[in-house]
Amino acid sequence: MTDWTRLPASALVEALAAGEVTSVELTQAHLDRIAAVDGSIHAFLHVDADGALAQAAASDARRAAGTLASPLDGVPIAVKDVLATEGLPTTCGSRILEGWIPPYDATVVARLKLAGLPILGKTNMDEFAMGSSTEHSAYGPTHNPWDLDRIPGGSGGGSAAAVAAFEAPLAIGTDTGGSIRQPGAVTGTVGVKPTYGGVSRYGLVALANSLDQAGPVTRTVLDSALLHEVIGGHDPMDSTSVDQPLPALVEAARLGAAGDLSGVRVGVVTELGGGGYQPGVLARFEESLALLVKAGAEIVEVSCPNFVHALAAYYLILPAEASSNLAKFDAMRYGLRVLPEHIDNPSAEDVMRASRDAGFGDEVKRRIILGTYALSSGYYDAYYGQAQKVRTLISRDFEAAFAQADVLVSPTAPTTAFKLGEKLDDPMAMYLNDLATIPANLAGVPGISVPSGLADEDGLPAGFQILAPALADDRLYRVGAAHEAALAAEWGGPLLDKAPALEGAPS
Amino acid sequence: MPENPASSASPSDRVEITRAEVAHLANLARIDLDDAELDHLAPQLSVILESVASIGAVAADDIPPTSHALPLTNVFREDVIRPGLSAEQALSGAPAQEQQRFAVPRILGDEQ
Amino acid sequence: MSALDHRDTEIVAWDDVLAEYDPAMGLEVHVELNTHTKMFCGCPTEFGAEPNTQVCPTCLGLPGAMPVVNRKAVESAIRIGLALNCEIAEWCRFARKNYFYPDMPKNFQTSQYDEPIAFEGWMDVEVEGETFRVEIERAHMEEDTGKSLHVGGVTGRIHGADYSLVDYNRAGIPLIEIVTKPIMGTREKAPAIAKAYVAQLRELIVALGVSDARMDQGSIRADVNLSLAAKDSGALGTRTETKNVNSLRSVERAVRYEMQRHAAVLRSGAQILQETRHWHEDTGVTTSGREKSDADDYRYFPEPDLVPVAPSREWVEELRATLPEPPREKLARLQAAWGFSDLEMRDTVGAGALGLVEETIACGAAPQAARKWWLSEMARRANDSGVDIAALGVTPVQVARVQALVEEGSINDKLARQVFDGLLAGEGTPDEIVAARGLAIVSDDGALGAAVDNAIAANPDVADKIRDGKVAAAGALIGAVMKEMRGQADAARVRELILEKLA
Repeated sequence: MTDWTRLPASALVEALAAGEVTSVELTQAHLDRIAAVDGSIHAFLHVDADGALAQAAASDARRAAGTLASPLDGVPIAVKDVLATEGLPTTCGSRILEGWIPPYDATVVARLKLAGLPILGKTNMDEFAMGSSTEHSAYGPTHNPWDLDRIPGGSGGGSAAAVAAFEAPLAIGTDTGGSIRQPGAVTGTVGVKPTYGGVSRYGLVALANSLDQAGPVTRTVLDSALLHEVIGGHDPMDSTSVDQPLPALVEAARLGAAGDLSGVRVGVVTELGGGGYQPGVLARFEESLALLVKAGAEIVEVSCPNFVHALAAYYLILPAEASSNLAKFDAMRYGLRVLPEHIDNPSAEDVMRASRDAGFGDEVKRRIILGTYALSSGYYDAYYGQAQKVRTLISRDFEAAFAQADVLVSPTAPTTAFKLGEKLDDPMAMYLNDLATIPANLAGVPGISVPSGLADEDGLPAGFQILAPALADDRLYRVGAAHEAALAAEWGGPLLDKAPALEGAPS
Repeated sequence: MPENPASSASPSDRVEITRAEVAHLANLARIDLDDAELDHLAPQLSVILESVASIGAVAADDIPPTSHALPLTNVFREDVIRPGLSAEQALSGAPAQEQQRFAVPRILGDEQ
Repeated sequence: MSALDHRDTEIVAWDDVLAEYDPAMGLEVHVELNTHTKMFCGCPTEFGAEPNTQVCPTCLGLPGAMPVVNRKAVESAIRIGLALNCEIAEWCRFARKNYFYPDMPKNFQTSQYDEPIAFEGWMDVEVEGETFRVEIERAHMEEDTGKSLHVGGVTGRIHGADYSLVDYNRAGIPLIEIVTKPIMGTREKAPAIAKAYVAQLRELIVALGVSDARMDQGSIRADVNLSLAAKDSGALGTRTETKNVNSLRSVERAVRYEMQRHAAVLRSGAQILQETRHWHEDTGVTTSGREKSDADDYRYFPEPDLVPVAPSREWVEELRATLPEPPREKLARLQAAWGFSDLEMRDTVGAGALGLVEETIACGAAPQAARKWWLSEMARRANDSGVDIAALGVTPVQVARVQALVEEGSINDKLARQVFDGLLAGEGTPDEIVAARGLAIVSDDGALGAAVDNAIAANPDVADKIRDGKVAAAGALIGAVMKEMRGQADAARVRELILEKLA
């Protein structure tokens, strides 16, 4: 009997079309898998079995009537808990939003529903997407399916782990500094951060508005392209949304999978390699380059000298914007309200202070204070103002690099998954995880992480990052799919086949 | 953006952030931090600020700031009513409500 | 009242203030636009809806929701800027003003900071025949806050309340804030200039059609900044900001009061606290609000959820072409058309009645009649009830109808005043009030003849004089008839009847 949870979405689409399986069966298979393994993974904060099955039944009815809503109609999906879902709890991994049920859908969620994808549930994340390990979730960490003692990356560790553990064929993540790509790298999955403005942010609870972008989390490049075409495109509810049609992403993925990269110039960014990168990660990166050359690509070395300042700019812009975004969590209109213990008849202000103290975790408080500092009168020019100028320099570096190369590549993250707890109280060490992913967010360009193999030291997955110019997301899919096809040929199957079986799951 | 005389302070002059400053910032941000949290946060913030301080010297004055990755302008909507939320939906998450309004503890100070 | 409060309300005699100090003023006027929808979302803006029924995720500040700018609001802002002779920015942004307050859903206000849509303008203000140029620093776009009801304590007051109830219907309604540069050299005319500025600005807003311009409903709100410096020193003293002065009359009174209060503080050797103050319409004083402090570190930064507004010069010129006639030219044209004297025109403008008079004339009333009703009758009633003439509740259409009834001979001026009483009491249209109160003049010879006979019988000596040819004595008999008819007799017909009967 076919285990439907092991197949990529593209294969499920075919099985649904051939009548080999129904959406209800598919959805039930994934709900069963969640029930079996999520006790050890903890990818989900909320599972909506009834809702997903009802949506699946509606999909099957559409199929019977010949009125499919989209190519992915009937394929279930998991959604990061940072996107508003009408009628489903949305916590952003924070205590302060415990029990909040939005009265509206994020545009991405509305598009998923419109396209007929049953929503399995909401996935775990670092609180308000602040983190690279999912350990900053108020509801406990998510575990990496490759090694349950290790982090699944962050902030979207829940979405990546859900896909890696076969709990969902597809998931939605959000990426502010690498939160889709870095979890993809450390779980051996595919994650795409689209061009800024390429996917609507309406209903995405903002971390840093000028950096945030929602995107696909999947096991294959083609699946990401299929999902990207469902959620992408202009949204009048998001003023920063790009009012242009998406490039042909699925077509680009199919083209790439054919394996020919002749004439494609691949730029290796000098500043995104070398010192600080784990040897096994670098070894897989070099092999990836060799595979691209074999497929006909030309490798060029490019320098982006201002990338060394990206982390600093990021850790000023992000806390500044976040400190303002998170001000709305004040216990007045929704969310947690805590009355201070030692005050009789407390004022609104007292209640705000007490609720925000009780409702926010350490990392969130750290960044709010940092952002408040960076925006304070007297420091604005020196910090936020300078950081915005550094963005300009980084964009110029990208521009110069893309004059020499069609895509840029680097390892996605400097290391494989580290142990839970290892960097929890060393914020700077944690922040260094995003070194290679942050420049794309600052410049708004798209990026993808695809698995590059297992590091020799620890046998854990490493990721290969591909970046393209703004609005040229199709290049990610072409090069990513070619890379994926070449590696699958070497391995004799997907990398995830090498992941250990999980306890509780039928072998 | 703000033209403030105090902005001549360059980050490289001061990467130290004191416990008192953290308490002041926590007050601005409306978070009740207890003593232990203040003790813990101040040195951590100093470390972070130290590592981002390099930024002050990077960009020359003639470099324009980028606030949006893609340079869009003039994104407007027409002045047409869209259906919103019912009062029930609006109040669905309210910690307390009365008379179809959000009930909030007594407000200190003045309306701005 | 505490000792501090008492000292707070000491004031110096007006003449003494002027002898020792020069005032400097700054006026910040918030104009609520009359767009159909809010500044950043598609919620309706109608006044008086049930609480929390005109809200959506955006104006309620729900997590994830995003703003989109209302094109009409930008157009209104540009038109206001142009009408105030401002430059229109080629490129400007919205910024977040961060502070915590329960009536502000996001705990930041989306406003404009150092890049306003309009800047560097002016408006000429006429006061007692003289023209003062008030320089405009900027006009910028922002959003309104929600409204709180305070429960417990003194009814409706924020201080001492047990808790508050918030309605966010008003949150997100577009506001244009118009800020003057410091207005100097106004001396004893400061209160009148402040009032005239707000009055003329209001007229301009009405002419532009961009706001309901109802000060009583808060659609125009003024903040008055005031400072005093030693006379002829040319210096600028510490200022106070008196918030939400919500009638033209109060603007004048608040300036005057603050000048007198500042003088008392300065004279005592104390310093003026830089603070916000509250104007109390009922008692005519201001009280201390909030001292400027660290809490005013608003941490402005460009709103990252919105993109810059860059009005093309073509768009600006298109909008310029829609501007109403400039006020000064309009005044000259109206004065010529109406045949008003300079003084009459000035009084009309000064009373804030120009638009009302204009509309009344447009409804068919003679110019002098329209002026007479508004400047005598309506101005007096507005003054008696302490409201602005526009907020009185009598409309130009009604005044024009009353005047038409006078001209038809259905009522006279004295009866017209009773019609206005009826209008203010909400008794219906002028015609309904005339009918219901039985105010129509009697010109029927039967009823009048009986009254004339009575008057002649009661005043035989007067009747004899008239018979002797002293026609002027008829006035006494007419008076007696009018008294009997309770003023509702047609005086001309009464005179004719008397002369016929005594011929």
